[in-house]
Amino acid sequence: MSGTWITTRAWLLMLPLLIVMVAVIGWPLADTVQLSFTDAKLVGTSGSYVGFDNYLRLVSGNAFGRTLFTTTFFAVVVVTTEMVFGVLAALLLNQQFYGRTLLRALLILPWALPTVVNATLWRLIYNPEYGALNAALTQIGILDAYRSWLGEPGTALTALIVADCWKNFPLVAMIALAALQAVPRDVIAASYVDGASAFSRFRFVTLPYLAGPLMVALVLRTIEAFKVFDIIWVMTRGGPANSTRTMSILVYQEAFSFQRAGSGASLALIVTLIITVLAVAYGTVVKKVAGSAT
Amino acid sequence: MERQSPLFRLFLHVAALLLAAVILAPLVWLFVMSISPAADLAAKPLKWWPATMDFSRYTVLLSTTENSAGAAFIASLRNSLMVAGMATLAAIALAVPAGWAVSRTPSVGWSLSVVIATYMLPPVALAVPLYMALSNFGLLNSVFGLALVYLTILAPFTTWLMKSGFDGIPREIEQAAVIDGASLWQTLRIITLPLAMPVVATSALFAFLLGWDEFFYALLFTSDQRAKTLTVAIADLAGGRVSDYGLIATAGVLAALPPVIVGLVMQRALISGLTSGGVKG
Repeated sequence: MSGTWITTRAWLLMLPLLIVMVAVIGWPLADTVQLSFTDAKLVGTSGSYVGFDNYLRLVSGNAFGRTLFTTTFFAVVVVTTEMVFGVLAALLLNQQFYGRTLLRALLILPWALPTVVNATLWRLIYNPEYGALNAALTQIGILDAYRSWLGEPGTALTALIVADCWKNFPLVAMIALAALQAVPRDVIAASYVDGASAFSRFRFVTLPYLAGPLMVALVLRTIEAFKVFDIIWVMTRGGPANSTRTMSILVYQEAFSFQRAGSGASLALIVTLIITVLAVAYGTVVKKVAGSAT
Repeated sequence: MERQSPLFRLFLHVAALLLAAVILAPLVWLFVMSISPAADLAAKPLKWWPATMDFSRYTVLLSTTENSAGAAFIASLRNSLMVAGMATLAAIALAVPAGWAVSRTPSVGWSLSVVIATYMLPPVALAVPLYMALSNFGLLNSVFGLALVYLTILAPFTTWLMKSGFDGIPREIEQAAVIDGASLWQTLRIITLPLAMPVVATSALFAFLLGWDEFFYALLFTSDQRAKTLTVAIADLAGGRVSDYGLIATAGVLAALPPVIVGLVMQRALISGLTSGGVKG
Protein backbone atom coordinates (compact mmCIF):
# COMPACT_ATOMS: atom_id res chain seq x y z
CA MET A 1 0.00 0.00 0.00
CA SER A 2 1.32 3.44 -0.83
CA GLY A 3 2.02 6.03 1.83
CA THR A 4 -0.40 8.57 0.39
CA TRP A 5 -3.26 6.06 0.47
CA ILE A 6 -2.50 5.21 4.11
CA THR A 7 -2.52 8.89 5.03
CA THR A 8 -5.73 9.49 3.06
CA ARG A 9 -7.32 6.49 4.73
CA ALA A 10 -6.36 7.85 8.16
CA TRP A 11 -7.96 11.20 7.37
CA LEU A 12 -11.11 9.43 6.14
CA LEU A 13 -11.38 7.45 9.38
CA MET A 14 -10.92 10.65 11.36
CA LEU A 15 -13.38 12.61 9.25
CA PRO A 16 -16.49 12.02 11.42
CA LEU A 17 -14.60 13.12 14.54
CA LEU A 18 -13.14 16.16 12.79
CA ILE A 19 -16.52 17.26 11.43
CA VAL A 20 -18.09 17.05 14.89
CA MET A 21 -15.13 18.80 16.52
CA VAL A 22 -15.30 21.67 14.03
CA ALA A 23 -19.05 21.96 14.58
CA VAL A 24 -19.06 21.91 18.39
CA ILE A 25 -15.62 23.38 19.21
CA GLY A 26 -13.94 25.03 16.21
CA TRP A 27 -16.88 27.07 15.03
CA PRO A 28 -18.05 28.20 18.52
CA LEU A 29 -14.50 29.23 19.40
CA ALA A 30 -14.19 31.26 16.19
CA ASP A 31 -17.59 32.78 16.88
CA THR A 32 -16.51 33.71 20.42
CA VAL A 33 -13.55 35.59 18.92
CA GLN A 34 -15.85 37.41 16.52
CA LEU A 35 -18.40 38.20 19.27
CA SER A 36 -15.70 39.58 21.54
CA PHE A 37 -15.29 42.55 19.17
CA THR A 38 -19.01 43.38 19.21
CA ASP A 39 -21.55 44.71 21.68
CA ALA A 40 -23.92 41.79 20.95
CA LYS A 41 -26.57 40.84 23.47
CA LEU A 42 -27.30 37.21 24.32
CA VAL A 43 -30.73 37.36 22.65
CA GLY A 44 -31.99 39.72 19.99
CA THR A 45 -29.47 42.11 18.47
CA SER A 46 -26.37 40.68 16.83
CA GLY A 47 -24.51 43.84 17.83
CA SER A 48 -22.07 46.03 15.96
CA TYR A 49 -18.29 46.07 15.74
CA VAL A 50 -16.66 47.87 18.65
CA GLY A 51 -13.00 46.91 18.22
CA PHE A 52 -11.12 46.30 21.44
CA ASP A 53 -13.61 48.28 23.56
CA ASN A 54 -14.80 45.21 25.49
CA TYR A 55 -11.27 44.18 26.35
CA LEU A 56 -10.19 47.68 27.40
CA ARG A 57 -13.30 48.25 29.51
CA LEU A 58 -12.95 44.86 31.23
CA VAL A 59 -9.26 45.10 31.99
CA SER A 60 -9.59 48.65 33.34
CA GLY A 61 -12.66 47.79 35.46
CA ASN A 62 -12.06 46.81 39.08
CA ALA A 63 -13.98 43.50 38.94
CA PHE A 64 -11.39 42.00 36.57
CA GLY A 65 -8.28 42.51 38.69
CA ARG A 66 -9.94 41.36 41.86
CA THR A 67 -11.44 38.28 40.20
CA LEU A 68 -8.13 37.38 38.58
CA PHE A 69 -6.49 37.63 41.99
CA THR A 70 -9.17 35.47 43.66
CA THR A 71 -8.86 32.85 40.91
CA THR A 72 -5.06 32.75 41.09
CA PHE A 73 -5.16 32.57 44.88
CA PHE A 74 -7.69 29.74 44.76
CA ALA A 75 -5.69 27.81 42.15
CA VAL A 76 -2.32 28.21 43.88
CA VAL A 77 -3.56 27.28 47.36
CA VAL A 78 -5.73 24.40 46.19
CA VAL A 79 -3.09 22.86 43.94
CA THR A 80 -0.26 23.26 46.47
CA THR A 81 -2.33 21.72 49.28
CA GLU A 82 -3.47 18.84 47.07
CA MET A 83 0.07 18.10 45.92
CA VAL A 84 1.44 18.09 49.49
CA PHE A 85 -1.34 15.99 50.98
CA GLY A 86 -1.54 13.78 47.90
CA VAL A 87 2.17 12.92 48.06
CA LEU A 88 2.05 12.41 51.85
CA ALA A 89 -0.94 10.07 51.47
CA ALA A 90 0.85 8.17 48.69
CA LEU A 91 4.03 7.79 50.77
CA LEU A 92 1.90 6.42 53.61
CA LEU A 93 -0.01 4.03 51.33
CA ASN A 94 3.29 2.74 49.97
CA GLN A 95 4.29 1.49 53.46
CA GLN A 96 3.30 -1.77 55.14
CA PHE A 97 0.40 -1.60 57.61
CA TYR A 98 -2.86 -3.36 58.43
CA GLY A 99 -5.77 -2.35 56.22
CA ARG A 100 -3.61 -0.89 53.46
CA THR A 101 -5.64 -2.46 50.65
CA LEU A 102 -8.87 -1.12 52.12
CA LEU A 103 -7.45 2.38 52.57
CA ARG A 104 -6.18 2.39 48.98
CA ALA A 105 -9.70 1.50 47.85
CA LEU A 106 -11.24 4.28 49.96
CA LEU A 107 -9.04 6.81 48.18
CA ILE A 108 -11.20 6.55 45.07
CA LEU A 109 -14.39 7.62 46.88
CA PRO A 110 -13.92 11.42 47.01
CA TRP A 111 -12.66 11.35 43.43
CA ALA A 112 -15.72 9.40 42.26
CA LEU A 113 -18.20 11.63 44.09
CA PRO A 114 -19.82 13.98 41.54
CA THR A 115 -18.53 17.56 41.92
CA VAL A 116 -22.01 18.94 42.51
CA VAL A 117 -22.72 16.33 45.20
CA ASN A 118 -19.42 17.24 46.86
CA ALA A 119 -20.34 20.92 46.80
CA THR A 120 -23.80 20.19 48.20
CA LEU A 121 -22.35 17.98 50.93
CA TRP A 122 -19.93 20.68 52.10
CA ARG A 123 -22.62 23.32 51.86
CA LEU A 124 -24.64 21.24 54.33
CA ILE A 125 -21.59 20.74 56.56
CA TYR A 126 -20.96 24.52 56.64
CA ASN A 127 -24.66 25.34 57.21
CA PRO A 128 -24.85 28.32 59.63
CA GLU A 129 -27.78 26.97 61.67
CA TYR A 130 -27.59 23.17 61.57
CA GLY A 131 -24.20 22.40 59.99
CA ALA A 132 -21.98 19.61 61.24
CA LEU A 133 -18.89 21.85 61.38
CA ASN A 134 -20.54 24.33 63.73
CA ALA A 135 -21.92 21.48 65.84
CA ALA A 136 -18.60 19.68 66.06
CA LEU A 137 -16.55 22.79 66.86
CA THR A 138 -18.96 24.02 69.55
CA GLN A 139 -19.31 20.57 71.09
CA ILE A 140 -15.53 20.23 71.50
CA GLY A 141 -15.41 23.79 72.77
CA ILE A 142 -13.31 25.43 70.04
CA LEU A 143 -16.18 27.69 68.95
CA ASP A 144 -18.52 29.70 71.23
CA ALA A 145 -21.27 30.42 68.74
CA TYR A 146 -22.34 29.09 65.35
CA ARG A 147 -20.80 30.89 62.38
CA SER A 148 -21.86 31.41 58.81
CA TRP A 149 -18.79 29.93 57.14
CA LEU A 150 -19.99 30.54 53.60
CA GLY A 151 -21.79 33.76 54.46
CA GLU A 152 -18.80 35.78 55.66
CA PRO A 153 -16.26 37.13 53.15
CA GLY A 154 -13.45 36.27 55.58
CA THR A 155 -14.09 32.51 55.65
CA ALA A 156 -16.02 31.67 52.47
CA LEU A 157 -13.00 31.21 50.18
CA THR A 158 -11.14 29.09 52.75
CA ALA A 159 -14.22 26.93 53.22
CA LEU A 160 -14.40 26.40 49.45
CA ILE A 161 -10.70 25.56 49.28
CA VAL A 162 -11.09 22.87 51.96
CA ALA A 163 -14.03 21.32 50.09
CA ASP A 164 -12.13 21.31 46.79
CA CYS A 165 -8.94 19.87 48.31
CA TRP A 166 -10.86 17.06 50.01
CA LYS A 167 -12.27 15.95 46.66
CA ASN A 168 -9.11 16.29 44.61
CA PHE A 169 -6.12 15.31 46.76
CA PRO A 170 -6.95 11.59 46.22
CA LEU A 171 -6.32 12.01 42.48
CA VAL A 172 -2.81 13.31 43.17
CA ALA A 173 -2.35 10.52 45.72
CA MET A 174 -3.38 7.84 43.19
CA ILE A 175 -1.00 9.19 40.56
CA ALA A 176 1.85 9.51 43.08
CA LEU A 177 1.22 6.02 44.48
CA ALA A 178 1.36 4.47 41.01
CA ALA A 179 4.68 6.26 40.45
CA LEU A 180 6.05 5.09 43.81
CA GLN A 181 5.19 1.51 42.96
CA ALA A 182 7.28 1.87 39.81
CA VAL A 183 10.46 2.56 41.83
CA PRO A 184 12.56 -0.64 41.50
CA ARG A 185 12.95 -2.47 44.83
CA ASP A 186 16.67 -3.09 44.30
CA VAL A 187 17.38 0.63 43.94
CA ILE A 188 15.78 1.18 47.34
CA ALA A 189 17.68 -1.79 48.75
CA ALA A 190 20.94 -0.32 47.43
CA SER A 191 20.23 2.99 49.19
CA TYR A 192 19.91 1.08 52.50
CA VAL A 193 23.20 -0.72 51.87
CA ASP A 194 24.81 2.64 51.14
CA GLY A 195 23.48 3.95 54.47
CA ALA A 196 21.32 6.73 53.02
CA SER A 197 19.11 8.62 55.48
CA ALA A 198 15.34 8.53 55.05
CA PHE A 199 15.40 12.08 53.74
CA SER A 200 18.14 11.58 51.17
CA ARG A 201 16.47 8.34 50.11
CA PHE A 202 13.31 10.34 49.37
CA ARG A 203 15.18 13.21 47.77
CA PHE A 204 17.58 11.24 45.56
CA VAL A 205 15.93 7.86 45.01
CA THR A 206 12.16 8.32 45.16
CA LEU A 207 11.62 11.89 44.02
CA PRO A 208 13.13 11.47 40.54
CA TYR A 209 10.55 8.74 39.85
CA LEU A 210 7.76 10.94 41.19
CA ALA A 211 8.74 14.13 39.38
CA GLY A 212 7.35 13.33 35.90
CA PRO A 213 3.89 12.06 36.89
CA LEU A 214 3.56 14.77 39.56
CA MET A 215 4.34 17.49 37.03
CA VAL A 216 1.55 16.18 34.82
CA ALA A 217 -0.83 16.09 37.79
CA LEU A 218 0.24 19.65 38.60
CA VAL A 219 -0.52 20.84 35.06
CA LEU A 220 -3.92 19.18 34.91
CA ARG A 221 -4.97 20.32 38.37
CA THR A 222 -3.77 23.90 37.85
CA ILE A 223 -5.71 24.23 34.62
CA GLU A 224 -8.80 22.69 36.22
CA ALA A 225 -8.49 24.91 39.29
CA PHE A 226 -8.19 28.00 37.11
CA LYS A 227 -11.36 27.04 35.23
CA VAL A 228 -13.26 26.29 38.46
CA PHE A 229 -16.99 26.91 38.28
CA ASP A 230 -19.20 24.07 39.57
CA ILE A 231 -18.18 23.89 43.22
CA ILE A 232 -18.25 27.67 43.62
CA TRP A 233 -21.57 28.10 41.87
CA VAL A 234 -23.26 25.50 44.06
CA MET A 235 -21.70 26.65 47.34
CA THR A 236 -21.62 30.47 47.11
CA ARG A 237 -22.42 31.64 43.54
CA GLY A 238 -19.32 33.83 43.88
CA GLY A 239 -20.51 35.61 47.02
CA PRO A 240 -20.58 36.91 49.68
CA ALA A 241 -19.62 40.37 48.41
CA ASN A 242 -17.91 38.70 45.42
CA SER A 243 -15.25 37.25 47.74
CA THR A 244 -15.34 33.85 45.99
CA ARG A 245 -15.96 35.06 42.44
CA THR A 246 -13.58 33.35 40.00
CA MET A 247 -13.05 34.04 36.30
CA SER A 248 -15.56 31.44 35.09
CA ILE A 249 -18.21 32.84 37.46
CA LEU A 250 -17.49 36.35 36.17
CA VAL A 251 -17.90 35.19 32.55
CA TYR A 252 -21.18 33.51 33.47
CA GLN A 253 -22.48 36.68 35.12
CA GLU A 254 -21.38 38.92 32.26
CA ALA A 255 -22.68 36.73 29.42
CA PHE A 256 -25.72 35.05 30.95
CA SER A 257 -26.89 37.07 33.98
CA PHE A 258 -26.36 40.46 32.32
CA GLN A 259 -26.80 39.00 28.81
CA ARG A 260 -23.78 40.92 27.50
CA ALA A 261 -22.63 38.26 25.03
CA GLY A 262 -19.95 40.45 23.45
CA SER A 263 -18.14 41.42 26.60
CA GLY A 264 -18.68 37.94 28.08
CA ALA A 265 -16.93 36.52 25.02
CA SER A 266 -13.95 38.88 25.48
CA LEU A 267 -13.65 37.81 29.09
CA ALA A 268 -13.87 34.12 28.13
CA LEU A 269 -11.04 34.61 25.63
CA ILE A 270 -8.86 36.26 28.26
CA VAL A 271 -9.41 33.19 30.46
CA THR A 272 -8.58 30.93 27.51
CA LEU A 273 -5.42 32.90 26.82
CA ILE A 274 -4.24 32.59 30.44
CA ILE A 275 -4.90 28.85 30.42
CA THR A 276 -3.06 28.44 27.11
CA VAL A 277 -0.04 30.29 28.53
CA LEU A 278 -0.15 28.05 31.63
CA ALA A 279 -0.40 24.91 29.52
CA VAL A 280 2.47 25.88 27.22
CA ALA A 281 4.70 26.99 30.09
CA TYR A 282 4.04 23.81 31.99
CA GLY A 283 4.48 21.70 28.85
CA THR A 284 8.00 23.08 28.52
CA VAL A 285 8.80 22.35 32.17
CA VAL A 286 7.32 18.84 31.95
CA LYS A 287 9.52 18.01 28.96
CA LYS A 288 12.57 19.25 30.88
CA VAL A 289 11.74 17.27 34.01
CA ALA A 290 10.91 14.14 32.04
CA GLY A 291 14.18 14.53 30.17
CA SER A 292 16.33 14.94 33.29
CA ALA A 293 14.61 12.22 35.36
CA THR A 294 15.30 9.35 32.97
CA MET B 1 14.36 -5.73 53.77
CA GLU B 2 13.17 -2.55 55.49
CA ARG B 3 12.67 -3.23 59.18
CA GLN B 4 10.11 -1.00 60.83
CA SER B 5 10.75 0.11 64.39
CA PRO B 6 7.74 -0.32 66.73
CA LEU B 7 7.42 3.44 67.06
CA PHE B 8 7.37 3.88 63.28
CA ARG B 9 4.76 1.13 62.98
CA LEU B 10 2.58 2.92 65.52
CA PHE B 11 3.01 6.18 63.63
CA LEU B 12 2.01 4.51 60.35
CA HIS B 13 -1.17 3.07 61.84
CA VAL B 14 -2.16 6.36 63.47
CA ALA B 15 -1.58 8.20 60.20
CA ALA B 16 -3.60 5.56 58.31
CA LEU B 17 -6.50 5.93 60.74
CA LEU B 18 -6.35 9.69 60.35
CA LEU B 19 -6.40 9.46 56.56
CA ALA B 20 -9.33 7.01 56.68
CA ALA B 21 -11.21 9.40 58.98
CA VAL B 22 -10.57 12.39 56.71
CA ILE B 23 -11.86 10.48 53.68
CA LEU B 24 -14.81 8.81 55.35
CA ALA B 25 -16.18 11.43 57.76
CA PRO B 26 -17.89 13.67 55.17
CA LEU B 27 -19.22 10.65 53.24
CA VAL B 28 -20.59 8.90 56.31
CA TRP B 29 -22.19 12.17 57.40
CA LEU B 30 -23.90 12.51 54.00
CA PHE B 31 -25.42 9.07 54.51
CA VAL B 32 -26.35 9.73 58.16
CA MET B 33 -28.13 12.94 57.12
CA SER B 34 -30.11 10.98 54.55
CA ILE B 35 -31.47 8.55 57.17
CA SER B 36 -31.90 10.92 60.13
CA PRO B 37 -35.36 12.26 61.03
CA ALA B 38 -35.61 15.96 60.13
CA ALA B 39 -35.91 16.86 63.82
CA ASP B 40 -32.56 15.22 64.60
CA LEU B 41 -30.81 17.27 61.92
CA ALA B 42 -32.20 20.52 63.34
CA ALA B 43 -31.44 19.60 66.95
CA LYS B 44 -28.95 21.51 69.11
CA PRO B 45 -26.70 19.93 70.15
CA LEU B 46 -26.72 18.06 66.87
CA LYS B 47 -27.50 14.33 67.00
CA TRP B 48 -24.68 12.51 65.24
CA TRP B 49 -26.56 9.24 64.90
CA PRO B 50 -30.35 8.84 64.58
CA ALA B 51 -32.26 6.92 67.24
CA THR B 52 -34.31 5.32 64.48
CA MET B 53 -33.10 5.05 60.91
CA ASP B 54 -35.50 6.64 58.49
CA PHE B 55 -35.23 5.46 54.91
CA SER B 56 -38.48 7.12 53.84
CA ARG B 57 -36.71 9.83 51.83
CA TYR B 58 -35.36 7.21 49.47
CA THR B 59 -38.90 6.04 48.71
CA VAL B 60 -40.02 9.67 48.38
CA LEU B 61 -37.34 10.47 45.79
CA LEU B 62 -37.79 7.24 43.88
CA SER B 63 -41.59 7.42 43.70
CA THR B 64 -43.26 8.41 40.47
CA THR B 65 -46.32 10.20 41.90
CA GLU B 66 -47.27 13.17 39.69
CA ASN B 67 -45.85 16.57 40.73
CA SER B 68 -44.00 15.17 43.73
CA ALA B 69 -40.34 15.71 44.61
CA GLY B 70 -39.91 12.13 43.39
CA ALA B 71 -41.26 12.84 39.91
CA ALA B 72 -38.78 15.69 39.43
CA PHE B 73 -35.94 13.57 40.74
CA ILE B 74 -36.81 10.58 38.54
CA ALA B 75 -37.07 12.88 35.52
CA SER B 76 -33.61 14.32 36.17
CA LEU B 77 -32.23 10.82 36.73
CA ARG B 78 -33.65 9.74 33.37
CA ASN B 79 -32.28 12.87 31.67
CA SER B 80 -28.81 12.29 33.12
CA LEU B 81 -28.84 8.68 31.94
CA MET B 82 -30.01 9.69 28.46
CA VAL B 83 -27.61 12.61 28.00
CA ALA B 84 -24.54 10.81 29.37
CA GLY B 85 -25.51 7.60 27.55
CA MET B 86 -26.10 9.19 24.15
CA ALA B 87 -22.99 11.36 24.38
CA THR B 88 -20.90 8.33 25.38
CA LEU B 89 -22.16 6.21 22.47
CA ALA B 90 -21.52 9.01 19.99
CA ALA B 91 -18.08 9.76 21.44
CA ILE B 92 -17.04 6.10 21.23
CA ALA B 93 -18.36 5.81 17.67
CA LEU B 94 -16.20 8.79 16.69
CA ALA B 95 -13.18 7.84 18.80
CA VAL B 96 -12.69 4.21 17.72
CA PRO B 97 -11.94 4.85 14.01
CA ALA B 98 -10.09 8.10 14.77
CA GLY B 99 -8.05 6.55 17.58
CA TRP B 100 -7.07 3.61 15.38
CA ALA B 101 -6.13 5.88 12.48
CA VAL B 102 -3.89 8.06 14.66
CA SER B 103 -2.33 5.04 16.34
CA ARG B 104 -1.41 3.36 13.03
CA THR B 105 -0.55 6.47 11.02
CA PRO B 106 2.19 8.56 12.68
CA SER B 107 2.00 11.17 9.91
CA VAL B 108 -1.40 12.37 11.18
CA GLY B 109 -0.39 12.26 14.85
CA TRP B 110 -0.30 16.05 15.14
CA SER B 111 -4.05 16.17 14.64
CA LEU B 112 -4.46 14.28 17.92
CA SER B 113 -2.47 16.97 19.73
CA VAL B 114 -4.92 19.55 18.37
CA VAL B 115 -7.86 17.42 19.55
CA ILE B 116 -6.35 17.00 23.03
CA ALA B 117 -5.54 20.71 23.25
CA THR B 118 -9.25 21.47 22.88
CA TYR B 119 -9.84 19.43 26.02
CA MET B 120 -8.10 22.16 28.00
CA LEU B 121 -10.39 24.90 26.67
CA PRO B 122 -12.54 26.41 29.39
CA PRO B 123 -16.23 25.70 28.65
CA VAL B 124 -16.93 29.43 29.00
CA ALA B 125 -15.00 29.97 25.74
CA LEU B 126 -17.65 28.03 23.82
CA ALA B 127 -20.75 28.69 25.91
CA VAL B 128 -22.13 31.84 24.27
CA PRO B 129 -22.09 30.66 20.62
CA LEU B 130 -23.32 27.21 21.67
CA TYR B 131 -26.21 28.85 23.52
CA MET B 132 -27.12 30.95 20.48
CA ALA B 133 -26.84 27.98 18.11
CA LEU B 134 -28.90 25.65 20.28
CA SER B 135 -31.48 28.40 20.60
CA ASN B 136 -31.63 28.82 16.79
CA PHE B 137 -32.05 25.09 16.20
CA GLY B 138 -34.65 24.76 18.98
CA LEU B 139 -32.32 22.49 20.94
CA LEU B 140 -32.23 24.44 24.19
CA ASN B 141 -33.73 22.43 27.05
CA SER B 142 -33.36 19.22 25.04
CA VAL B 143 -31.49 16.07 25.99
CA PHE B 144 -30.29 15.76 22.39
CA GLY B 145 -28.88 19.28 22.32
CA LEU B 146 -27.11 18.75 25.63
CA ALA B 147 -25.70 15.37 24.52
CA LEU B 148 -24.33 17.07 21.40
CA VAL B 149 -22.66 19.75 23.52
CA TYR B 150 -21.16 17.07 25.80
CA LEU B 151 -19.22 15.80 22.79
CA THR B 152 -16.97 18.87 23.23
CA ILE B 153 -15.69 17.16 26.40
CA LEU B 154 -16.20 13.46 25.71
CA ALA B 155 -14.95 13.15 22.12
CA PRO B 156 -11.38 14.46 22.65
CA PHE B 157 -11.06 12.47 25.86
CA THR B 158 -12.20 9.12 24.44
CA THR B 159 -10.10 9.58 21.29
CA TRP B 160 -7.03 10.09 23.46
CA LEU B 161 -7.80 6.93 25.51
CA MET B 162 -8.58 4.85 22.41
CA LYS B 163 -5.34 5.93 20.72
CA SER B 164 -3.31 4.77 23.75
CA GLY B 165 -5.36 1.56 23.75
CA PHE B 166 -4.63 0.78 20.10
CA ASP B 167 -0.96 1.60 20.71
CA GLY B 168 -0.94 -1.39 23.07
CA ILE B 169 -2.15 -3.80 20.37
CA PRO B 170 0.78 -4.94 18.20
CA ARG B 171 0.27 -3.99 14.57
CA GLU B 172 2.06 -7.24 13.58
CA ILE B 173 -1.17 -9.10 14.39
CA GLU B 174 -3.04 -6.92 11.89
CA GLN B 175 -0.30 -7.29 9.28
CA ALA B 176 -0.41 -11.09 9.63
CA ALA B 177 -4.14 -11.06 8.94
CA VAL B 178 -3.67 -8.84 5.91
CA ILE B 179 -0.99 -11.19 4.56
CA ASP B 180 -3.43 -14.09 5.03
CA GLY B 181 -5.75 -12.24 2.65
CA ALA B 182 -8.11 -10.47 5.02
CA SER B 183 -9.40 -7.08 3.92
CA LEU B 184 -8.77 -4.10 6.19
CA TRP B 185 -12.39 -4.14 7.32
CA GLN B 186 -12.20 -7.87 8.14
CA THR B 187 -8.95 -7.35 10.03
CA LEU B 188 -10.42 -4.60 12.15
CA ARG B 189 -13.64 -6.48 12.81
CA ILE B 190 -12.17 -9.93 13.53
CA ILE B 191 -8.76 -9.10 15.03
CA THR B 192 -8.38 -5.55 16.29
CA LEU B 193 -11.78 -4.63 17.71
CA PRO B 194 -12.16 -7.73 19.90
CA LEU B 195 -8.69 -7.08 21.32
CA ALA B 196 -9.59 -3.44 21.91
CA MET B 197 -12.88 -4.18 23.70
CA PRO B 198 -11.45 -3.71 27.24
CA VAL B 199 -10.15 -0.26 26.25
CA VAL B 200 -13.46 0.59 24.59
CA ALA B 201 -15.25 -0.40 27.81
CA THR B 202 -12.93 1.66 30.03
CA SER B 203 -13.18 4.67 27.73
CA ALA B 204 -16.97 4.40 27.66
CA LEU B 205 -17.08 4.19 31.44
CA PHE B 206 -14.84 7.24 31.83
CA ALA B 207 -16.92 9.14 29.29
CA PHE B 208 -20.15 8.21 31.03
CA LEU B 209 -18.80 9.39 34.39
CA LEU B 210 -17.71 12.70 32.82
CA GLY B 211 -21.19 13.16 31.36
CA TRP B 212 -22.85 12.18 34.64
CA ASP B 213 -20.68 14.72 36.50
CA GLU B 214 -21.12 17.64 34.08
CA PHE B 215 -22.83 20.73 35.47
CA PHE B 216 -21.89 23.95 33.65
CA TYR B 217 -23.47 23.27 30.25
CA ALA B 218 -26.45 21.53 31.86
CA LEU B 219 -27.06 24.61 34.03
CA LEU B 220 -26.95 26.90 30.98
CA PHE B 221 -28.82 24.85 28.43
CA THR B 222 -31.65 23.19 30.40
CA SER B 223 -34.55 24.80 32.19
CA ASP B 224 -37.16 22.22 33.23
CA GLN B 225 -37.93 18.54 33.77
CA ARG B 226 -37.73 17.77 30.08
CA ALA B 227 -33.95 18.07 30.09
CA LYS B 228 -32.63 19.09 33.53
CA THR B 229 -29.96 16.64 34.62
CA LEU B 230 -29.30 15.27 38.07
CA THR B 231 -26.46 17.69 38.81
CA VAL B 232 -28.70 20.68 38.08
CA ALA B 233 -31.57 19.17 40.07
CA ILE B 234 -29.29 18.69 43.08
CA ALA B 235 -27.88 22.20 42.79
CA ASP B 236 -31.49 23.48 42.68
CA LEU B 237 -32.28 21.53 45.83
CA ALA B 238 -29.14 22.79 47.60
CA GLY B 239 -29.79 26.41 46.63
CA GLY B 240 -33.57 26.34 47.03
CA ARG B 241 -35.85 26.59 49.99
CA VAL B 242 -36.00 22.91 50.84
CA SER B 243 -36.33 22.80 54.62
CA ASP B 244 -35.42 19.14 54.97
CA TYR B 245 -31.65 18.86 54.59
CA GLY B 246 -31.99 15.10 54.74
CA LEU B 247 -33.78 15.14 51.40
CA ILE B 248 -30.89 17.02 49.78
CA ALA B 249 -28.46 14.50 51.29
CA THR B 250 -30.56 11.61 49.98
CA ALA B 251 -30.50 13.04 46.45
CA GLY B 252 -26.72 13.36 46.83
CA VAL B 253 -26.32 9.74 47.93
CA LEU B 254 -28.42 8.49 45.01
CA ALA B 255 -26.51 10.60 42.48
CA ALA B 256 -23.19 9.46 43.92
CA LEU B 257 -23.99 5.75 43.96
CA PRO B 258 -23.39 4.92 40.26
CA PRO B 259 -19.96 6.57 39.97
CA VAL B 260 -18.88 5.35 43.42
CA ILE B 261 -19.83 1.75 42.59
CA VAL B 262 -18.11 2.00 39.22
CA GLY B 263 -15.07 3.52 40.92
CA LEU B 264 -14.78 0.74 43.49
CA VAL B 265 -15.42 -2.14 41.07
CA MET B 266 -13.28 -0.77 38.26
CA GLN B 267 -10.57 0.70 40.50
CA ARG B 268 -7.67 -1.06 38.82
CA ALA B 269 -8.73 -0.15 35.29
CA LEU B 270 -9.54 3.44 36.24
CA ILE B 271 -6.22 4.02 37.99
CA SER B 272 -4.21 2.51 35.15
CA GLY B 273 -6.19 4.72 32.77
CA LEU B 274 -5.53 7.78 34.91
CA THR B 275 -1.86 7.11 35.36
CA SER B 276 -1.09 5.98 31.81
CA GLY B 277 -2.72 9.19 30.66
CA GLY B 278 -0.83 10.97 33.42
CA VAL B 279 2.55 9.49 32.67
CA LYS B 280 2.40 9.75 28.89
CA GLY B 281 0.78 13.17 28.95
